[in-house]
Amino acid sequence: MSTAHKYGDHVDTDVIIPARYLASQDEKELASHCMEDIDANFHAKAKPGDIIVAGLNFGCGSSREHAPVAIKASGISCVIAKSFARIFYRNAINIGLAILECPEAAEGINDGDNVSVNFDTGIITDNTTGKTYQAEPFPEFIRHMIEDGGLMASLKKAKK
Amino acid sequence: MGMTMTQKILAKHAGLSEVHAGQLIQAKLDLVLGNDITSPVAINEFEAAGFDSIFDTSKVVMVMDHFVPNKDIKSATQCKQCRMFAKRFGIEHYYDVGTMGIEHALLPEQGLVAPGEAVIGADSHTCTYGALGAFSTGVGSTDMGAAMSAGYTWFKVPAAIRVNVTGKKRQYVSGKDVILTLIGRIGVDGALYKSIEFSGEGLKELTMADRLTVSNMAIEAGGKNGIFPVDDITREFLDGRVKREWTAYYPDDDAEYEQVVELNLDDIDCTVAYPHLPENAHPAREGKDIKIDQIVIGSCTNGKIDDMKAAADILKGRHLADGVRGIVIPATMNIYRECMKLGYTDIFLDAGCIVSTPTCGPCLGGYMGILAAGEKCVSTTNRNFVGRMGHIDSEVYLASPAVAAASGITGHITHPSELDI
Ligand code: SF4
Repeated sequence: MSTAHKYGDHVDTDVIIPARYLASQDEKELASHCMEDIDANFHAKAKPGDIIVAGLNFGCGSSREHAPVAIKASGISCVIAKSFARIFYRNAINIGLAILECPEAAEGINDGDNVSVNFDTGIITDNTTGKTYQAEPFPEFIRHMIEDGGLMASLKKAKK
Repeated sequence: MGMTMTQKILAKHAGLSEVHAGQLIQAKLDLVLGNDITSPVAINEFEAAGFDSIFDTSKVVMVMDHFVPNKDIKSATQCKQCRMFAKRFGIEHYYDVGTMGIEHALLPEQGLVAPGEAVIGADSHTCTYGALGAFSTGVGSTDMGAAMSAGYTWFKVPAAIRVNVTGKKRQYVSGKDVILTLIGRIGVDGALYKSIEFSGEGLKELTMADRLTVSNMAIEAGGKNGIFPVDDITREFLDGRVKREWTAYYPDDDAEYEQVVELNLDDIDCTVAYPHLPENAHPAREGKDIKIDQIVIGSCTNGKIDDMKAAADILKGRHLADGVRGIVIPATMNIYRECMKLGYTDIFLDAGCIVSTPTCGPCLGGYMGILAAGEKCVSTTNRNFVGRMGHIDSEVYLASPAVAAASGITGHITHPSELDI
């Protein structure tokens, strides 16, 4: 059961994790403040496996890696957006947070819908409306990187 | 479908016959770069992951350039960490006080980058080497740490903008005016994510120094890289510097460009980017009312020997206006020496400037020329964000070495031709 939490365009890294919490490296602490300036209930309602759906340019703003870390530590399994900011995109994959660019899904999925994502095929299914969407699937090496927990973790594994 | 120059280089390094915009690929790297600010973070990541080897000790470059000779204890500690790491792993291209230069001026000079190569650097201006027909882009410190060990990294293949250059450069116009004009036209996010690929018969007007300046600032338009095709000017520059084999890549005729921008050099005059964004381009001729306190000539953008010459030609036999400080920073030790040999250092000193050994120094508000509240500086650097060179109420005006020098002489923003009268 993955519930979609939907937001608009240009969700910036200040909203994802406000700068006042950046002194902390603790993932749980970061997760407890994730999205709090745009959605005070986010921490309470985000369940493991849930997804975030957003509009254009998700993750714009600073280059802080804390942003994807906070989202991942909140239990979010995937962010689907119309587009991502470049540094956020790179940081998310490097820390092992799955993100998919799919404008149609980002448009069509409603807040609270039950959604499943097949990372092998890139097919996003909105179980509430019955609609499916096709995102470009991750190539295998990125899938492995995300499964392993990010760039460093997967490299460590490869070196063994 | 055809590929752009960038896409061809990426395909080659990914071992694929074809790639398309948006595709995620894993590509081998020919060079991994870091400086005294970003390398320590990368080293920490590298060590935390328990890595114990470098993929190729000739393909990792560390340049101590931001704060050297060290400005304080913190920067000394960071350099020490890099020095020890480089020693421990036998990194061949480690540059410290005495041999260093500003990274993006130093690497091309030392022949460390060749056409067709793929380079990442934990520094946003790593895009500079596109001038040589290489794919090079800035990444984060984690990427650098991982790549030092792995020798490859992942990329999302960029879409591209083509800039078609025509016409002839006017007197006093240089690469800086070209790129400031382009950024003024397309904006600081005009090339977000994308490659900027240059083409057209006007390219023969752009010297290697011009091209290096243009590619350097591709990031200031949001670009992932900014790349020039290899031609005789490139070959002449590489001659004697790069001894290894290299390959030139040219775009396919049917390569896909999301946008084509026409840039006619005939229309470009000396340009100044006013605070606080590089896109805020104005003609140098219209800057008479802007009184300045300082000029800075140097940085990875404009610290090359051609830049020193452009400044020396203007400053020769002249003196800075009352109350203007002049800071000249040749970008590498070779350029520094060359300035002495060619008499530029004397010209600068006679004009009332100081000449520093290579450092990023004032460019990022580090040291060696920080501005107080209310002060204005004409600088040949690449960013004029709020507080970039000091106090948040100071102002940086980006310009070419010729314009910076001319402005130093009059004390206000000045087109060099105004001195001829
Ligand atoms: S000169 Fe300025 S822009 Fe260039 S590398 Fe140094 S700090 Fe960065």
